[in-house]
Amino acid sequence: MVNNIKTYVAVEASFSPDGRLTPRSVIWEDGHRYEIDKVLDVRRAASLKAGGAGIRYTVRIGRRETFLFLEENRWFVERR
Amino acid sequence: MERTILHVDINGCYASIECLYNPDIRDKPVAVGGDVESRHGIILAKNEHAKKYGVKTGEAIWQAKQKCPQLITLPPRFDLYLRFSRMAKAILRQYSDRVESFGMDEAWVDVTGCSERSGYQVADEIRRRVFSELGVTVSVGVSFNKIFAKLGSDYKKPDAVTVFSRENYRERVWPLPASALLYVGPATARKLALMGIETIGDIAAAPVELLEQRLGKWGCMISSFANGWDSTPVALADDKPTIKSLGNSTTTPRDLTCDMDADIVYHMLCESVAARLREQGFMAGGVQISLRDNTLYTFERQSPLASPSAIAGDLHSAAMALLRENYNWSKPLRSIGIRAIDLVPASSPLQTTMFESPERRAKREKLELAIDEIRRRFGRFAISRVITTCDSSLTNLNPKEDNVIHHVGFFKAVQ
Repeated sequence: MVNNIKTYVAVEASFSPDGRLTPRSVIWEDGHRYEIDKVLDVRRAASLKAGGAGIRYTVRIGRRETFLFLEENRWFVERR
Repeated sequence: MERTILHVDINGCYASIECLYNPDIRDKPVAVGGDVESRHGIILAKNEHAKKYGVKTGEAIWQAKQKCPQLITLPPRFDLYLRFSRMAKAILRQYSDRVESFGMDEAWVDVTGCSERSGYQVADEIRRRVFSELGVTVSVGVSFNKIFAKLGSDYKKPDAVTVFSRENYRERVWPLPASALLYVGPATARKLALMGIETIGDIAAAPVELLEQRLGKWGCMISSFANGWDSTPVALADDKPTIKSLGNSTTTPRDLTCDMDADIVYHMLCESVAARLREQGFMAGGVQISLRDNTLYTFERQSPLASPSAIAGDLHSAAMALLRENYNWSKPLRSIGIRAIDLVPASSPLQTTMFESPERRAKREKLELAIDEIRRRFGRFAISRVITTCDSSLTNLNPKEDNVIHHVGFFKAVQ
């Protein structure tokens, strides 16, 4: 069973002194880097679309809002 | 004060998690089953679609496939399920410090006085949160005791909340079949049926003396369960139940047919039990073996040790002696187990025996500790007894690490 929707991505992130983790950019599988303009929401959530559960970051990249999931130690997005 | 107890049950836990991770199979009948090759081929969990075909937990995979040929069976991924279990319990602990696990996918939560809201409202919020955060559904029972709360979570599945209150339990709980009650298994249900007792209400109405006479102390217990008198507390989240015994058993990849086969497997199991005893700081005062033959007839025998021990060799000798005394190999054995019982703290003073010098014993103990250390650093299979390499069809198991998932008994959990 190949899951075509769950797409693991590389993420650059920063840690604040109090341990807060903020993703800064997403590097797509083709190597393209997308800067995250703003993190709009952070909560635990499942992704029914991609199949997984973890911490969901709602981020704004350009004019688009998208979900970025941190599941244990890997990041994934839901391919459209 | 009237208690408010929730029982939260993840519906078809393993199968639901697999369906979450494989969106393509969500609309198909799916079951998680043990490894067919090594003969653990039973259904561990099924989804709602498989349920419609009559697939039942605990039946053999081939039986399930007869009912539902298109059934998708997946091997279990316990690491993944344990992660979900931890996440679910983390949510529950946000509502109360009294969260008592009943296996991996069920727990009681005592929310008495924890919130201004009603038990139903809290239960419904938990139901919604688990689905949103974990992507799996739960059913929740709400009641004034643990037994009715558990009945409630079984009453309506999936994704539902059922309240059994003092006001409605006579109308809603009592008409349920007797077998729905915790600890009324098929054997007890048969005995009850012979007495004309079919429903939980019948149990509640039956004279307790009669139940006790026919069923022993269980009779009193199920009578009090049926009447809603259960008052066992929900254990505190950090409470680790006192360990009373510690054991390992295994269904071997092929049937055992002679002492030699059992000897090999008991070496593996005893090493695991002894290592766990040492890890927990215990010694065994006695040993209990369990044997199951190829007709699934199961029995247990136990005996005390000459002196308490956490040495695999001692457990092994006792296990083999029990086996030789009590089994004549009229039928091959399908699974065997050993349990260290009558545990005492490792620091207890030792009564030396006349058969072995304390020095020799200390040496054996040191040897096993060295083996523990080698395995800790380099893995379970870094060092093995030669005998266990004789027949890999029997010893290809790792009882210690493969044994992290227990379904605790109700009484073990509360006593």
